[in-house]
Amino acid sequence: MKINSPLEAYKFLPGTNCGECGETSCMAFASHLIDRSLKATDCIPLVNESKYKKKYDELVTLLAPEIREVVIGVGDNAISIGGDDVLHRHKLTFFNKTALAYDVWDTMEEADLVERVNKIQDFKKFYVGDYLTLDMIAVRSVSNDPEKFAATVKKVVETTEFPLVLCSFEPAVLRAGLEVSAEKRPLLYAANKDNWQEVAALAQEFNVPVTVFAPNDLDLLKSMAKTFADNGIEDVVLDPGTFPTGKGLKTTLNNFLKIRRAGINGDRDIAFPIMAVPFTAWMAHDDEVSASYWETVVASIFTIKYGDIMIMHSIEPYALMPQLHIRDTMYTDPRKPVTVDPAVYEIGSPTADSPLLITTNFALTYYTVESDLSSNGVDCYLTAIDTDGIGVEAAVAGGQLTAAKIKKGLDDAGFDMEKLTHKVIVIPGLAARLQGDVEDETGAGVMIGPADSGRLPGWMEQNWPPQK
Amino acid sequence: KFDVSKMSEWATPIQEVTLGATSADGGSRKNTVTLGGENALPYYFDAEMPHRNYVTMDVFDMPISMAKSVKENYGDVINDPAEWAKKAVRDFNADMITIHLISTDPLINDTPAREAAKVVEDVLQAVDVPIVIGGSGNPQKDPEVLERAAEVAEGERVLLASASLNLDYERVAKAATDYGHAVLSWTQLEINAQKELNRKLMKQCNVPRDSIVMDPTTAALGYGLDYAYSNMERIRLAGLMGDEELTFPMSSGTTNAWGARESWMKESPLKQDSDWGPREYRGPIWEIVTGLTLALAGNDMFMMMHPTSVQVLKEITQTLYG
Ligand code: B12
Ligand code: SF4
Repeated sequence: MKINSPLEAYKFLPGTNCGECGETSCMAFASHLIDRSLKATDCIPLVNESKYKKKYDELVTLLAPEIREVVIGVGDNAISIGGDDVLHRHKLTFFNKTALAYDVWDTMEEADLVERVNKIQDFKKFYVGDYLTLDMIAVRSVSNDPEKFAATVKKVVETTEFPLVLCSFEPAVLRAGLEVSAEKRPLLYAANKDNWQEVAALAQEFNVPVTVFAPNDLDLLKSMAKTFADNGIEDVVLDPGTFPTGKGLKTTLNNFLKIRRAGINGDRDIAFPIMAVPFTAWMAHDDEVSASYWETVVASIFTIKYGDIMIMHSIEPYALMPQLHIRDTMYTDPRKPVTVDPAVYEIGSPTADSPLLITTNFALTYYTVESDLSSNGVDCYLTAIDTDGIGVEAAVAGGQLTAAKIKKGLDDAGFDMEKLTHKVIVIPGLAARLQGDVEDETGAGVMIGPADSGRLPGWMEQNWPPQK
Repeated sequence: KFDVSKMSEWATPIQEVTLGATSADGGSRKNTVTLGGENALPYYFDAEMPHRNYVTMDVFDMPISMAKSVKENYGDVINDPAEWAKKAVRDFNADMITIHLISTDPLINDTPAREAAKVVEDVLQAVDVPIVIGGSGNPQKDPEVLERAAEVAEGERVLLASASLNLDYERVAKAATDYGHAVLSWTQLEINAQKELNRKLMKQCNVPRDSIVMDPTTAALGYGLDYAYSNMERIRLAGLMGDEELTFPMSSGTTNAWGARESWMKESPLKQDSDWGPREYRGPIWEIVTGLTLALAGNDMFMMMHPTSVQVLKEITQTLYG
């Protein structure tokens, strides 16, 4: 982005404060342009009225992210990669989380292929109110046989809506894959120094994004990317090679650092999304656990340092879970405290005999507790106290979770303790020290739950209903 | 041609801090460990990193509750801190040992400081690597415990863990300066608190710059690692760009990763989740990824527990170090 203050963006807006964008003023809208929560196209008059055409075009150019955005796939499952504006997440946020693609290959038995694709598309891990999931399937040609490859790609397309990466250095193989999947807008992998002309022609003919591959040769990588862009192929992904061990790994990291720094600093010729291939760890390690571990380690490095898309092999949960979590870690918007609305929530179908539980409105805390309860069929009332979005332990330490806050939370929600047969409040184990105060403040009985809400169902079996 | 410039703003080196003392310096360690000295973010082409990352393995002065896959490795030594320390160095390749005197907590065993200091002596006898001495985290008791420990470890240049804003940091700092040790400046995920404490240690307590290491707090993967990562990265960048209150090497309580349920729970408490797979593999990688992430933010020293995690983290950080 070439501008960084709302004032600079404001100059290109109509200045009428008409409110069509949903904001109260053009200035307010301008600040959303700068933090990238709204787009220039959201200002209806700017887009529609011809007198603003010039300003609109200028604004769009100025607002374009430094790193190009590339879309792979179509419809609801389309994935954008790239689009970043900063080198460090605390400076703004990282956009478009790293896309995780897992491989299948064209020598697989059909049943195995379908099973593996299903495992990849079905994997899910609950986290903060939603599921963390994988994104893409990379179809590798091992046979080098166009027909086999096409049949495999076709089967994958029939099995999943996940976007694809088509992997082969053989243009004829890529073409065969494209013929059965081009309308899904797959990513081609890859053009290299030998095949680039033919692969560029395919990208153009089928209008799909393409990866350029130049292992540890940034000069070549840049010149290929520039040649592609000069020929109108702007949807380019860069693969500088991923060497999984030794000096090669250090070099790989530094290639990523150099490419991204140059891109953010304004070198348009190399300002494209970058691909890492942690898959290469499987060439360096024999046993499955070591290979999965090293693949995850390499994937973590390039999730943190500028990988926008990755191709991987292990689908063991002990590899997938950290990969999904490290990605979420890096791409969480550091500007937003994640909260839920303070309220008393009904989990399942609570009755007058069900427990009344206290937690905080920090989304990580609330959803962790909520899912522990609902997935185990516990019926209860769960109170999210307004702790300014701080978790239990830090909120007790920092004074955002107090007896008075708990009383206020219940009162504000209009919760009537009298309707409960037991008149008992259950507080988190990590808030145990509030017990006496909460009893005094609310007049209710107070029980201390376990330290981890994952243990609540078991705790309930032992302790609920409370002994009189 | 591809070309990119180095970062000219990174003009201030990170302070070097040496832990441990050999006989030449009046101690009995076989080797010393030097942290810091960086002129760039870790492993960056802008400037070679002068020292590799180091791992100090946790030893406790009493049996504590641990994740099953961690405990398995220490079953035979759990009642003997000296043997525990030996095992960590001999079998698990620990660069250093951290002895946590948690039994001194008045709410646990209230072990007197004098007795706790004996454990420190035992550990110094048992191993010849540099050591870190940790209290129980009880702000009333820790200063006294660390004073005693500092006294018996005189000459060995240990790292005292920790000085923090919620206890009498002056006493801890004085124990360090009186007996020639370094001090761990621990704050909780807040860059301004870190500046304040470092300033106080330097100006008010006269701790020399070469005797301060920072612990800006580690939150586990999935449990606030985003805060911990950005906090460390900001601290390191500020240091490199000349903020003299932040130009110190950093340490991470990477062991915190074992607090994340993903590392220790047998299976997901949620029926909708996909199978989490065997926890024996999940736990170590949770500790590895937590540590590796902070290594990339600039962390120098890792306090860790699981042998596999230590082995993999050491290998990956040394690979990147070159
Ligand atoms: C991230 C973090 C922060 C973040 C908080 C971000 C946020 N939005 O919450 C920030 C940087 C802001 C922060 C600040 C502070 N923190 Co802090 N922080 C942490 C950290 C690293 C992780 C906490 C976390 O998110 N846990 C995950 C959530 C999901 O856990 P949870 O909310 O507790 O929920 C679990 C349980 O409580 C239970 N549960 C929840 N609800 C319910 C309900 C029922 C009925 C039951 C039974 C169970 C239950 O199940 C949940 C899942 O396991 C911990 C250390 C650690 N590694 O644990 C320190 C920690 C919590 N912080 C601590 C402190 C002291 C502070 C500060 C006071 C530091 C300071 N001096 O400034 C400030 C206070 C800030 C404030 N309150 O204004 C201490 C608390 C010590 C104590 N026990 O008193 C900790 C433990 C660090 C430490 N070892 O000293 N912190
Ligand atoms: S729609 Fe455009 S002109 Fe109208 S208030 Fe919003 S920014 Fe201003």
